[in-house]
Amino acid sequence: MSAPILAVQDLCLRFGGLIATNNVSFSVKPDELHAIIGPNGAGKSTLIAQLAGDRLPDSGQILLGGADVTGLPSHARAQRGLGRSFQITSVFSEFTTLANVALAVQAGAGSSFRFWKRAAREHALVEPARAILDRVGLSHRADVPAGALAHGEKRALELGIALARRPRLLLLDEPMAGMGPEEAARMVELLAALKGSLAMVLVEHDMDAVFRLADRISVLVYGRLIATGSPEETRSNPEVRQAYLGEDE
Amino acid sequence: MISLLLIEQALNGVQFGIMLFLIAAGLTLVFGIMNLINLAHGVLYMVGAYICASVTQASGSFLQGAAAALVGTLIIGVLIELGVFRRLYTRTHLDQVLATFGVTLFFNEFVRIVWGPAALYAAVPPFLAGQVQLLPGLSFPAYRVAIMVAGLCAAAALYAVITYTRLGMLIRAGASNRVMVAALGVNIKLLYTVVFGVGAALAGFAGLMAGPLLTVESGMGSDMLILSLVVITIGGVGSIRGALVASLLVGIVDAMGRSLLRPALAGLMSQSAADNAAPAIASMLVYVLMALVLLLRPQGLFPPLTR
Amino acid sequence: MLTSASRHGLATLLLLVALALLPPALNALGEPFYIGLGTRVLIFAIAAVSLDLILGYGGMVSLGHAAYLGVGAYTVGILSFYGVQNGFVHFLSAAAISALVALAIGANSVRTTGIHFIMISLAFGQMLYYLAVSVSQFGGDDGLNIDAQSAFGGLDLGDPTSLYYVSFCILVVVLFGLDRLVNSRFGMVLRAVKSNEPRVRTIGFSPYRYKLTAFVISGTICGIAGALLANQNLFISPASMHWGRSGEILIMTILGGMGTLSGAVVGSVVYISLEYFLSRLTEHWQAVMGPLIVLVVLFAGGGLVALLAGRRVAGAGSR
Repeated sequence: MSAPILAVQDLCLRFGGLIATNNVSFSVKPDELHAIIGPNGAGKSTLIAQLAGDRLPDSGQILLGGADVTGLPSHARAQRGLGRSFQITSVFSEFTTLANVALAVQAGAGSSFRFWKRAAREHALVEPARAILDRVGLSHRADVPAGALAHGEKRALELGIALARRPRLLLLDEPMAGMGPEEAARMVELLAALKGSLAMVLVEHDMDAVFRLADRISVLVYGRLIATGSPEETRSNPEVRQAYLGEDE
Repeated sequence: MISLLLIEQALNGVQFGIMLFLIAAGLTLVFGIMNLINLAHGVLYMVGAYICASVTQASGSFLQGAAAALVGTLIIGVLIELGVFRRLYTRTHLDQVLATFGVTLFFNEFVRIVWGPAALYAAVPPFLAGQVQLLPGLSFPAYRVAIMVAGLCAAAALYAVITYTRLGMLIRAGASNRVMVAALGVNIKLLYTVVFGVGAALAGFAGLMAGPLLTVESGMGSDMLILSLVVITIGGVGSIRGALVASLLVGIVDAMGRSLLRPALAGLMSQSAADNAAPAIASMLVYVLMALVLLLRPQGLFPPLTR
Repeated sequence: MLTSASRHGLATLLLLVALALLPPALNALGEPFYIGLGTRVLIFAIAAVSLDLILGYGGMVSLGHAAYLGVGAYTVGILSFYGVQNGFVHFLSAAAISALVALAIGANSVRTTGIHFIMISLAFGQMLYYLAVSVSQFGGDDGLNIDAQSAFGGLDLGDPTSLYYVSFCILVVVLFGLDRLVNSRFGMVLRAVKSNEPRVRTIGFSPYRYKLTAFVISGTICGIAGALLANQNLFISPASMHWGRSGEILIMTILGGMGTLSGAVVGSVVYISLEYFLSRLTEHWQAVMGPLIVLVVLFAGGGLVALLAGRRVAGAGSR
């Protein structure tokens, strides 16, 4: 058993009287795809925000690769190996697709306080970026401004930007949101191909995708984790069926 | 002795702060509701001063001058809203800054064309010329007392309108959720024009009262505009309550700095050094205050609710 | 992409060649007086290009940029006042002090965005303006006369043509240097911050350091323009730090199309020439200039260059 890449212990966050995150604890192994599911309003986005560093929890601890990152801002977590794709597509629209990824490569490739050499001509940035575009299937769109990409392509680019940092852990906040069935199927394949090379936390409403991809599933209801287990265990867990799946079917 | 001097300076600060509030209120309302940065707000203050001073001279009655200034700035405000500003609400802040800057250039020159290049001097109206005994040993110019009373009345009226009337309800709703108000079927264009006109008249009101205290000249609005921007930055952009608190704060800090810094510094250094340093430091005091507030509360003292 | 970039480079080159040939051309036409006007254009072009770095590439709408022009000019004026005439000392001090002032102001302002940044830059600019007004030692409101131009050995900045070419060389160096900078690693981060600041954070950059660095570089360059301005006018007054002047620099930057560097040069040529010829037509030239600015903003959002090319530059128009 290897040590977990992510360990969350007793995380709590309240908004006034509302408990958004209630004593949440779970861990993610280095090569695991861990899905978090739950009905609308269960607090998934709030949980992701705390993992990413957009919100600070009231109490509890977040360990990334064994180091406490609970109080760190998002850019510091990124530097420690946390990658992220947003629920709402967030790319650099004015940059080309290639430049989007190259910038992310740059973030993990030495100092960016270099003022003279043209970044677009640095092989150390452009070559890895091309390799990643290849991985996410966007090579043919490398020189198109990101703002002009189709929705599914932007989602793939979003993933490419996150991968370019060579994260040890990737937070995927509804990567299939707003996609048609074909685009979604392509994204599932993409994520399936990535599995094993890094750890992922996946928040997703598309249950087919979740059950196909996840190694383990945690179920969040009203800010509380009611179960964690393999897809089979989750499917057959009576509490989960009642709280969540029953409601869905 | 010292405390009387302090009280007197504090009163000067309050009086100045109230005038600032009248300008800042319009500025912050226009930003809060229409999301418009209006750098031309200072010209309405200037135009108010010009109209009041010239009509008072012509008619011999300050009250007629004041009435003309209020009506005049209201009309000019509505006209520039209809002609220029309503095209700017959906533009970037940068476009707004540039266009309202252009409007400022125009009006600063316009008053020179209409009233000539020389400054106008307005007299304090005779019925407010004396001093008022506020405390034993402390008398204060009646005109300044009148400014405070009139300004506070305007502030109270504004508060009442915003809190208790249908118009005020729309203003509050518009500030927090513009789309929603439009969806309710309110004539949003008319609402914007009204708010802008009222803001303009408030600035004109401050201007007409300032006339007898200062020289009426082209560009006089820009000093007040900058201080009003400092005020709404400190108070929280979009918040009327913040504007009131910050206006008084800025007014008092400014007045105290200008009057008390020199004697205070004279204790620490030579008289001549103090004479040189005091005005320099005093002129920077409100900006230091702003930097401090921003350091502690980047959104200002009273950040409006999320929009 | 490539053709548009190379066309842009060609246009810049032509513009610079035209500017380089201006003094001999004016002498041939018997109008050497206009060389001074040309120098003024170049000085404001340097200021406008420096503003374009933070505005067009960093997304920071500064309404206090004239402050650095004033800081640079006052540095030269005050050094002369105390008998220091050495030109290298003048220009290096102007750059260093502008950098320090930009660091102090930037440290307090670049954390903020949008309307807050606009107001704070404006307020700090005015703070320096009032400071200059209140320091009576150096002329206060009336301004400070400067005895002689900065002394550079054999180079006489009192000669209009020499000053023109010194300004021209500085402009060329600034344009070239900033063109490298905005395409460097640093420049990519800066542009990314303008495009999408939250995303920049999540890939691991802290935008603050990059914005502050750009802010300081911009202020330093503008301070050097100020030192040139002091040499041209042999006089400096608080008026050159007034927010109205900042507004004018902003307009020059936008007029030619922001985010293009050389557009700011075009904007300065157009604005300063317009100002000069309008002011010869009527003393009330601002009553014409004001409405012109409004019209340009309302109907030519992407700047003149874009207007001529029949397109709107992304980001400059409606939100």
